[in-house]
Amino acid sequence: MIDIHPMVIFFAAIFTNNMILSNFLGMCSFIAVSNEIKTSLSLGQAVTFVLTFTTLLNYVVYHYIMVPLGLEYLRYIVFIIVIAAFVQLVEMIIDRYFQTLYYALGIFLPLITVNCAILGVSLFMVIRDYSLMQSLAFGVGSGLGWTLAIVMLAGIRQRIKKNPLPRGLEGPGITLIITGLMALAFVGFSGMVTIQ
Amino acid sequence: MAAKTKKIFTLGVWKDNPVYRQILGICSALAVTNLMLNSLVMGVGLIFVTSLSSFTVSLLRNHTPKHIRMMVQTLIISGYVIIVDIFLKAYLPSMSEALGPYVGLIITNCIIMGRAEAFAQFNTPIPSFFDGMANGIGYALVLLFIAFFRELLGFGSLFGFNILGPNWVSWTLMIMPPGAFFMLAIVIWITKRYLPGDEEKKGGATA
Repeated sequence: MIDIHPMVIFFAAIFTNNMILSNFLGMCSFIAVSNEIKTSLSLGQAVTFVLTFTTLLNYVVYHYIMVPLGLEYLRYIVFIIVIAAFVQLVEMIIDRYFQTLYYALGIFLPLITVNCAILGVSLFMVIRDYSLMQSLAFGVGSGLGWTLAIVMLAGIRQRIKKNPLPRGLEGPGITLIITGLMALAFVGFSGMVTIQ
Repeated sequence: MAAKTKKIFTLGVWKDNPVYRQILGICSALAVTNLMLNSLVMGVGLIFVTSLSSFTVSLLRNHTPKHIRMMVQTLIISGYVIIVDIFLKAYLPSMSEALGPYVGLIITNCIIMGRAEAFAQFNTPIPSFFDGMANGIGYALVLLFIAFFRELLGFGSLFGFNILGPNWVSWTLMIMPPGAFFMLAIVIWITKRYLPGDEEKKGGATA
């Protein structure tokens, strides 16, 4: 167990170890769903919500079920099942009880199961040997960092929507260049807090 | 049969390349390309997983109920990824350390699921195997191309051997995250400009 205050991990997950800008996780939906600020904010909220709870669930499952049974090598399968089951469950619950929320988040939930960021956070948690509080902070922070990055990107993309671009650079090309510039800006945060 | 296999390979490796054409699987394409060796290992791992999971999905395609097929595919993929992970831990422990969580993240690599959904479900096992392999090779080649420039400019070396001599001033930017984004953007730009596809542009991945 490493001795870092959960708050430090929380801020590091948002700024210095941002899921997208320094770990490249969750790129697929990041590029596909960043056309509008509103939709990307909804997706960000859904990701943060799912990340927080799946990280906790996976922590409990890993440390209280798999480690005692010596089944660590099965963690990929177990984590992905936990994530898929959780997402399915949440979808059913909000469809039944929170209709408005369902219309805001509903379409994004199935997408989230295959979002690399969700599985990535659980795997980082195991590799870095976080405690329960640290995992919670890491999960919430990663979700917020992901939301921050996708909303920023959507804002920039909305602004440059009408600008003329070189042929071939439209779409994914320019999106990656913007993301690169954002990552460059976030390099400025490095050293503020360090984990690992 | 031979003509069909050839067509599958040109599509997967070149014309419909998963990375620069379909924009799939770029998480790991960005993360592991700071060194040639990492990219090579990752590429080989992915070729193994895509070809065998496409094969297995195709083999089971008539016995899988439609509404749980995603789950079944994910489980098949996870099984192969665990094999890769255990193999790396046993024979290449330093590589397993360097790749960290990205080996496990092969599971959520959209290429594999994409091929299973788009090809393996509707075709017999052998063509599916080749289709998975072709896409894996396409992915590995792009990874190696990006890693070639990142390692050469960032460290002045290739596969760890010094190429550019002791006086080379390393471009630290290339081995940091922004360098990865810029290199991939340049690859996509060039390929879109000079290899114009006849189909309309696919607006990015959904999974």
